[in-house]
Amino acid sequence: MTFDRREMVDAIVTEAADPARLTDKPMSQWRLAMRRFRERKSGMIGLGIIVGLILVAVFAPLLAPFEPNQVLVGVEENVRPRDPPCVHLFGCEDERPQHVLGVDGNVRDELSRVIYGSRVSLTLGFFTVTIALVVGSSLGAIAGYVGGWLDNIIMRMMDVVLGFPSLLLAIAIVAVLGPGLRNALIAIAIVTLPAYARVMRAQVLAIKESDFVAASIALGAPARHIVLRRVIPNSLTPLVVLATLGVATAILEAAGLSFLGLGAQPPLAEWGSMLASERNQVFTAPHLVFFPGLAIMITVLGFNLMGDGLRDALDPSLNK
Amino acid sequence: MLGFIVRRTLLAIPVLLGIVVVVFLLIRAIPGDPCTSLLGERATEEACDRFNEAKGLNEPIPVQLGIYMRDIVTFDLGDSVRFSRPVNQLLIERLPLTIELAMSALTIAVLVGVPLGILAARRHNTLVDSATMAFANVGVSMPVFWLGLMLAYLFAIVLQDTPLALPPSGRLTAGVFSEPYYEVWGWTLQEGSLWAKFNEFVANHVIFNSFITGQWDVWWDAVRHMVLPAVALATIPLAIIARITRSSLLETMGKDYIRTARAKGASERRVVRSHALRNSLLPVVTIIGLQLGLLLGGAVLTETVFNLAGVGRALFDAITGRDYAVVQGFTVVIAAGYVLVNLLVDLSYAYLDPRIRIE
Repeated sequence: MTFDRREMVDAIVTEAADPARLTDKPMSQWRLAMRRFRERKSGMIGLGIIVGLILVAVFAPLLAPFEPNQVLVGVEENVRPRDPPCVHLFGCEDERPQHVLGVDGNVRDELSRVIYGSRVSLTLGFFTVTIALVVGSSLGAIAGYVGGWLDNIIMRMMDVVLGFPSLLLAIAIVAVLGPGLRNALIAIAIVTLPAYARVMRAQVLAIKESDFVAASIALGAPARHIVLRRVIPNSLTPLVVLATLGVATAILEAAGLSFLGLGAQPPLAEWGSMLASERNQVFTAPHLVFFPGLAIMITVLGFNLMGDGLRDALDPSLNK
Repeated sequence: MLGFIVRRTLLAIPVLLGIVVVVFLLIRAIPGDPCTSLLGERATEEACDRFNEAKGLNEPIPVQLGIYMRDIVTFDLGDSVRFSRPVNQLLIERLPLTIELAMSALTIAVLVGVPLGILAARRHNTLVDSATMAFANVGVSMPVFWLGLMLAYLFAIVLQDTPLALPPSGRLTAGVFSEPYYEVWGWTLQEGSLWAKFNEFVANHVIFNSFITGQWDVWWDAVRHMVLPAVALATIPLAIIARITRSSLLETMGKDYIRTARAKGASERRVVRSHALRNSLLPVVTIIGLQLGLLLGGAVLTETVFNLAGVGRALFDAITGRDYAVVQGFTVVIAAGYVLVNLLVDLSYAYLDPRIRIE
């Protein structure tokens, strides 16, 4: 048994050391990952949801029957605030104007607002994660690469951030900066920094000790080259997964802040604040709470599924 | 074991200190000052001077920090500028609600999440597994406030005249009063003493108080009011706990010692219960501990949706209203609770995994 095993290991080592194989290895790794991703239904559903949402956001002006902030008083007849959904096809009387998701408290078409809301949420999720990713992984890379007291200072700062419940810290930061979508975005980026910093630092620490980095150092490569060309490309995998899941968290937390009145401000068509402004009418006009919330949930679900799918695909050790 | 407990407890102190200092500085970075927020934008300079003098806000920042540190050690958290009452008193009134809410939510999350995860793992790659995981995925993606509002609508309006109807807001029906146990039992407590305050704090856990004193009508009313907020708050932790339990149990079931146990002829039930479960619970315990932060953040939203006067909502009001003492006091208490829970998590590790004790 043991002998067979050693033979097998030898075979693998020889094969791996074959230069021809080495050159196409990264390619086949990616192809393998792509195949693994496609095999998982949930990841593909997530991707489908995200692609669908991006299309909705891009083609919002074509899809939405009205402008998101257009007040329909005087534009249509028989339209009243908080009219429930009315679809002529499903037996809604012909004299009432058609509004698939109903009309909101300011007599605006809810469907158009939900459609335009996708632009806000996707942009916000994207920018928040980009900031957190760039700043967080830079801090982590510096901490891991330089080490010593700098490492200690950076990581203890991250610990203090993690010591707070994230939504409470975000509320405090928005209180300092003032309410608004941009400040909510910054606050969420700050509270999610530590995750990226920690992952990047762990990656850098592992890669720093690897033979190919030792080889680069021996060849006299400058530190910048080693970090940019050796360390970062090799630590991308977990960051990609984290960033995808991070978009979900960012959208959820931003909606929470908007719900509390600290994020997007009216009349901007943002799902969290749309929901917040009608929350006292939930018993009489539940559709105005239901649909924006459903939109948030579907978006967050899409990024969560996609993130899980990517993690399964990119980390072969998880596959059993 | 004792040495381990002591060492872990000492390690928590610097984290707590760091949090206190950060909160102190952060709150002073908030634009605007308590004087104009309380006395109005047109408050005269003399009025503000007098106000700051009275509240100790005209001292240099380091002095304020020093005074604050001293006060924390002596359990004096200052007075709320807004309510003109001691922060301690506000905590006595509001903390119990949040504790009961978080505990109810956590109980639901654990009691449903863990068995659900086990079920999914035992029926791996079946319809039960897929359905459970689909449910878990939807669960983690749900905005707490949306779920809360929808539950309120469903149980207070749609099911209005059915036995399933539940109240959508508040802690008790108006007019219902939970008589504190010390009054029921005729204890004489010295007004204003620490012991009296402690008893008041305990008695403000309405569900607990009405239970031990046998005020069943009050208890049932309180429980009915707690169901919707607790379920809304529990959903995300529940989904996370179910996922972790499933993946952890699946991983453990693939280990060699499970094969050994099976080879010995142990029944599948015994293999799962005594060999796999205990070993797979370690990550679950970590996750349960980590949920506390999520619960506190969620408590702000849940308490807003269900009109509950707990610490989450109070802290939000205090941050936006620049009520320094309340923000500081509440945050210190929350952070202390956080650190305490992490401590308990570590100690439960030592119980679940004897190897940690030896180190």
